[in-house]
Amino acid sequence: MSLQVEKLTVYYRTLKGYVRALEGATFSVADGEIMGLAGESGCGKTTLGHSLVYLRPPMQLIGGRVWLDGCDLPVSDLERMKEYRFRKISIIPQYAMNALNPTRKIGRMIAELLASRGIDYRETLPELKRRLDLVQLSPGVLGMYPIELSGGMKQRTVMVLSTLLNPSLLIADEITSALDVSTQKAVCEMLVQFRDRGFVRSTILITHDISILYQIADTILVMYAGQLAEKAPTEAMFRNPRHPYTRMLIASLPKVGIRYAEERLRGIPGAPPQLLNPPAGCRFRERCPVSMERCVEEPPFLEITPGHWVACWREVGSC
Amino acid sequence: MLTVERVTKVYRVGAFGLRKLTAVRDVSFEIHDGEIVSLIGESGSGKSTIGKMILRLTPITSGSICFQGEDIATLKGRALKEYYRKVQGVFQDPFATYNPIFKADRIFQMIREEFFPDTEPKVWANRLQEALRAVGLNPPDVQNKFPHQLSGGQLQRFLIARALLLDIRLLIADEIISMLDASTRIDVLNLLAELRSRGLSILFITHDLSLGYYISDRAIILYSGRVVEMGSSARVYEDPKHPYTRMLMASVPRLDRKWERSGANLQRQLAEEGQGCVYYARCPLAESACARLSPPLVPVASDHWAACLRAGKI
Repeated sequence: MSLQVEKLTVYYRTLKGYVRALEGATFSVADGEIMGLAGESGCGKTTLGHSLVYLRPPMQLIGGRVWLDGCDLPVSDLERMKEYRFRKISIIPQYAMNALNPTRKIGRMIAELLASRGIDYRETLPELKRRLDLVQLSPGVLGMYPIELSGGMKQRTVMVLSTLLNPSLLIADEITSALDVSTQKAVCEMLVQFRDRGFVRSTILITHDISILYQIADTILVMYAGQLAEKAPTEAMFRNPRHPYTRMLIASLPKVGIRYAEERLRGIPGAPPQLLNPPAGCRFRERCPVSMERCVEEPPFLEITPGHWVACWREVGSC
Repeated sequence: MLTVERVTKVYRVGAFGLRKLTAVRDVSFEIHDGEIVSLIGESGSGKSTIGKMILRLTPITSGSICFQGEDIATLKGRALKEYYRKVQGVFQDPFATYNPIFKADRIFQMIREEFFPDTEPKVWANRLQEALRAVGLNPPDVQNKFPHQLSGGQLQRFLIARALLLDIRLLIADEIISMLDASTRIDVLNLLAELRSRGLSILFITHDLSLGYYISDRAIILYSGRVVEMGSSARVYEDPKHPYTRMLMASVPRLDRKWERSGANLQRQLAEEGQGCVYYARCPLAESACARLSPPLVPVASDHWAACLRAGKI
């Protein structure tokens, strides 16, 4: 079991009170698993990703525990997390294109980063070049400034950099959202290749684009307004979604082959609740077409069939 | 209604504008009444530049754009204002379009001051309510609010309502839904389709092929500033003739089919300026003639054109 998260609760501290961005998240990611994390903007998916790596104020850990490869991960202790960050757990941030220092050549930046972890750049260089070659970049990029590279090239450079020390867990936050379809496909294929070659053990791929997850993820976790809604193997998620939110979300996706004139897709009416003072119980209640009285209580996140978890009162009876 | 005729746009870039960058090369197409045309291409393909030229936000280097028979480059003063009554644009980022200091309704106030100074306040209020309802908003919920109090989908619909207050005939929609969430995205798309049924024409600029297919009547595929394929959406999507379009169709993440592992080719050497096919460097079918000849856009079927020397042979 590579990553295990239990009841992880992270709030943002603001002048008006706590913003409840992540509430009681319990899930695990197996060795070699690529888990997709999906949801609309503001649902807490990035908060979840970041809280595992760098839980800095105004984020505040309210409760919960995290284990990585069997040992306790001190997520709230920024100092102690230093040993784990980059070595054991690594992140490709959103806007990775802007994550490179514009005043340093890429090689020098990587050397400084490795030195901060006490690793010799020269010794790592052959491996670095081999991996750059794998993502179809020439070693020449090490002598270039970030401005000289295109968006897709920067993205690939950051991918190589983040996984250089073979971390157990890689968190890839919206790495494909700013890319063209053809580059998007290439980047996704590289992510799978990194896993297959053992550069990373498990991956959490955060994205709002569910159709990408269908292509490469092994399992998908859907979040809604700070709570986990459903986790299932990819096929099961698309064949047989159990949470009403997931069902409506998948139904609202335009597909090649469906035209307005022939078939009208429908969005989900309404908007997600404010997370500053969210309503008690199921947070999807207001927009849910099948809500019932019991939904004012918070539904438990239960495993209804092996590997398929869902938080909905309608499904509780079936397990 | 709108005719784009052999339009080229050259930007001057680099220090002192010494280098030239051709963003749009020799592009021609037409938009008819009540038609949704989607303009599809990757970043840097010149799709937004075309939108900007139609809106006269950037001058044309050569060629002409005619709206209802009139060359828009010659419009001045009153005639230009009349043009903007009929042609309006909505852009990608709804959050960046508003001034955060003022309430979001201010955009309607500005339209009134600029175009309808003589309208009675009561009449105007009614028209405004009507326009807001037409885009699926409930006026009391959204009026008198600051931009941060509204969602991205609501702000985007505000902008469409703003366009509707004018006697608009053509809407340039430049990536208007790429910043919206999947659940609200489809509502804005359906809204566009509804507007079309009221006789409005829409140029829908996007990089997302599945969205383009869902609403458009005709599709234009751009690569490196050149039209590589165009025609009715059904034909372009179901039977793409240009290798670039085929590659795009194979790269779209679909829900009914997994990607074939191809190890997509990422090398991207631009062909010499003005020589050969723009897609030569990445094309899997390229032959030696492709490096020398720039293929013209030729009909491959009824209402379907492609610019490829080998289009007939595929």
